[in-house]
Amino acid sequence: MTSLVVAEHDGKSLKGATGHAVTAAIAMGGDVHVLVAGAGCRAAAEEAAKLDGVAKVLLADDASLEHGAAEEIAALVLSLAKDYSHLVTPATTFGKNFMPRVAAILDVAQISDISAVIAPDIFERPIYAGNAIARVQSRDPIKVVTVRSTAFASAKAGSGNAPIDTVAVPASSGLTRFVGNAIARLERPELTAARIIVSGGRGMQSGDNFKLLESLADKLGAAVGASRAAVDSGFVPNDYQVGQTGKIVAPELYIAVGISGAIQHLAGMKDSKVIVAINKDEEAPIFQIADYGLVGDLFQIVPALDAELAKKLANR
Amino acid sequence: MKLLVAVKRVIDYNVKIRVKADKTGVETANVKMSMNPFDEIAVEEAIRLKEAGAAKEIVAVSMGPQGCQETIRTALAMGADRGIHVLTDIALEPLAVAKLLKAIIAKEQPGLVILGKQAIDDDCNQTGQMLAALMNWPQATFASKLKLTAETAEVTREVDGGLETIAIKLPAVVTTDLRLNEPRYASLPNIMKAKKKTIDQTTPEALDVNVQPRLTTLQVTEPVKRQGGKKLGSVEELVDKLMHEAQVI
Repeated sequence: MTSLVVAEHDGKSLKGATGHAVTAAIAMGGDVHVLVAGAGCRAAAEEAAKLDGVAKVLLADDASLEHGAAEEIAALVLSLAKDYSHLVTPATTFGKNFMPRVAAILDVAQISDISAVIAPDIFERPIYAGNAIARVQSRDPIKVVTVRSTAFASAKAGSGNAPIDTVAVPASSGLTRFVGNAIARLERPELTAARIIVSGGRGMQSGDNFKLLESLADKLGAAVGASRAAVDSGFVPNDYQVGQTGKIVAPELYIAVGISGAIQHLAGMKDSKVIVAINKDEEAPIFQIADYGLVGDLFQIVPALDAELAKKLANR
Repeated sequence: MKLLVAVKRVIDYNVKIRVKADKTGVETANVKMSMNPFDEIAVEEAIRLKEAGAAKEIVAVSMGPQGCQETIRTALAMGADRGIHVLTDIALEPLAVAKLLKAIIAKEQPGLVILGKQAIDDDCNQTGQMLAALMNWPQATFASKLKLTAETAEVTREVDGGLETIAIKLPAVVTTDLRLNEPRYASLPNIMKAKKKTIDQTTPEALDVNVQPRLTTLQVTEPVKRQGGKKLGSVEELVDKLMHEAQVI
């Protein structure tokens, strides 16, 4: 029994989600191999080789894999699938994009977004935006699984020294062509990897007002997120969105500012360790799940909090 | 060009779901059902393409029990031209839906299939990708912008770090993200008109597709509840609690 984890990376280094997927694969039992597919991505493969619990790294290096097109990644994974009992990848936009193609061609079900491994063939996954948890058993010969990062610890970069094997890359399908991208260059931690997140909602009233949250975030070493309402209102770009249809996060501390707490937002952050809510409406649903709530005008509270943090954190 | 849109009947997104006491699933009796919100966006996009002259006909497909007819009628009232209902009482997994869609594509020969990126009940996010793979077609998932020419679609996709634009050869599969468009409400005259539009009914057997589930649901439970609700009086108190009680800063 061996699992193949398909790594997400940017060529130079692994994305955080990959380490979490490795931990889930280890829980499924047996050996864990990691596939690093891309163009000029040996550095990411070397990083994967150091992860604790990884027995082997497969490196697929080809120009056709540069942008991680689902058609190309799926074809590559299918060329390797016969040697594996489990195919595993993070449930990120990268993993969600290609993995169902793999499952369909293998004629097996995919188990999406797992939050727990109960047995090698039994998994738990949230349904209805996390309002219910389903425990499912797969009878298929190969288990095709995507992993919810927040539900598993990250594999540690240890003293591992797994061998790196180069694998052949199937000919490109030519079905899809990369035109361009607009990837935000973040000065702050990435949402899904941040230890602290400061998030703003419709109550922020404008994109300009997010500067208040950025200042707070910089004092805390935090990432800045937003509710769907704030994104739909055009305050911030879509990659800020936390929620059922945005990013699922579970930081140590989540500070929700001017966010009422729609079900779809709660679905994306309710597994955070500590939740703080700042809202002028004391009936806002966010307070029902917040460990600490402050009722009042955020335009007074946030600057005051900023000043208090500056004072208290400066003494350390 | 003909467009095919897939629409799923799900528990309305405003309903607070209840897990059944016997842990076999969630309560669906006497619960309001609606079209999956992402599928509404798919229907809307198809209608806009038709209005812009890029498409001639829109066929809306739904699969499941008799109630799916209502979901198809909603699509027809929005502006789809006709419907296909695959009648079955078996709970369909994404792979089965993809196979059924493939069988329908063989008959209908659409130039583009548009689906919601995921259904808000099982949250699988699989069907569009699976269909594309079974057809050996390209795919553009999580679309936030769609431009169609005779032979290609240029699609902007919402990805984790921002946006990505790809060009795919037609025929192809596109799945919708939230910001692709804002679906219209059906007007009363259009609802009346939709009653006269055709819905063809078929079955998995007639389409020669095995739809037996591959997964067994062992149990469905409620998630662990959070204990919240504590309110504080000042930012000083909050910072003190975060530093000394919760110890997270």
